[in-house]
Amino acid sequence: MGIETKLGNLGILTTSLEKAVNWSRTGAMWPMLFGLACCAIEMMGSQAADYDMSRFGMELMRPSPRQSDLMIVAGRVSRKMAPVLRRLYDQMPDPKWVLAMGDCCSCGGVFNNYAIVQGVDEIVPVDVFVAGCPPRPEALIHGILTLHDKIKGQKITEYA
Amino acid sequence: MTTSAETLQQKIVDSLGADLRASEVFRGQAWIEVASDAVTGVCRRLRDSADLAFTRLAALTAVDHWPAEPRFEMVYQLYSFPHQAFLGIRAFVAGETAALDSLEPVYPNAVWHEREVLDMFGIRFHGLSDPRRILMPTDWVGHPLRKDYPLGYEEVQFSFNAREIDRRKPYAAE
Repeated sequence: MGIETKLGNLGILTTSLEKAVNWSRTGAMWPMLFGLACCAIEMMGSQAADYDMSRFGMELMRPSPRQSDLMIVAGRVSRKMAPVLRRLYDQMPDPKWVLAMGDCCSCGGVFNNYAIVQGVDEIVPVDVFVAGCPPRPEALIHGILTLHDKIKGQKITEYA
Repeated sequence: MTTSAETLQQKIVDSLGADLRASEVFRGQAWIEVASDAVTGVCRRLRDSADLAFTRLAALTAVDHWPAEPRFEMVYQLYSFPHQAFLGIRAFVAGETAALDSLEPVYPNAVWHEREVLDMFGIRFHGLSDPRRILMPTDWVGHPLRKDYPLGYEEVQFSFNAREIDRRKPYAAE
């Protein structure tokens, strides 16, 4: 603070460590390919040229959980798939976030029966829910920006 | 060049003889009914016959008529390339010990269809090389498509019961 008032606006950044870490986490968050059903098509659409998600740092989607930060659960999760999803979530290194895309993984969607898990938050802790069936690419990008805002508001005592 | 369903029905009735219990033409497709222990033999004859040549199994499924007896009705659809026509076969199976011979020796693609019927209805197939569940998890109990199987739905959350359902729902901790 003292430096800025003395030397004027020389472009010296005085940020705290917390802000720097949070900003760098949102800067290049690579999602994991977890497209299960129809929402996967909308996820592909928002990653492709027209609604580019690379502008927000999500340059590419990693199929490997060990090389990704964000798990976008896109589509309905069946009871047979649930243990697989939990295993892949456990294989992701910290820091990791989960975005539940669409109605089926948020609450079971239109499928209220024996075979579909009624909301993926019964299996993994979810950070952001995006509603829609399927959500439009703009809605998914809004969900990702909401996640970025959530991360930027995190305190350093939560993860250090 | 498509053979008409009536011509096909006549040819099949002539060639099968006593094994046939009933036959009809419904909406342009020929259907026959056979005894459940004669299905494999009839399909083998229909496949190997040079004139009929039903070489493709198009569908294999079951219907549950609970509480009417006989409980299950196996439905098969065969396709013939020279005639460009489908043939439907139905066979009734009793509910208590629902089992019949597998169609795998005749049509190899019947394995996954029979696994699905085994998983969803509980009908066992003798000679099936891979008797595992295919749609539900391996440790699932019950056969979901039977008429006496519960729907398994979760109570819908409205504003008056949302908090109670929320308390009982198993959320993941971390």
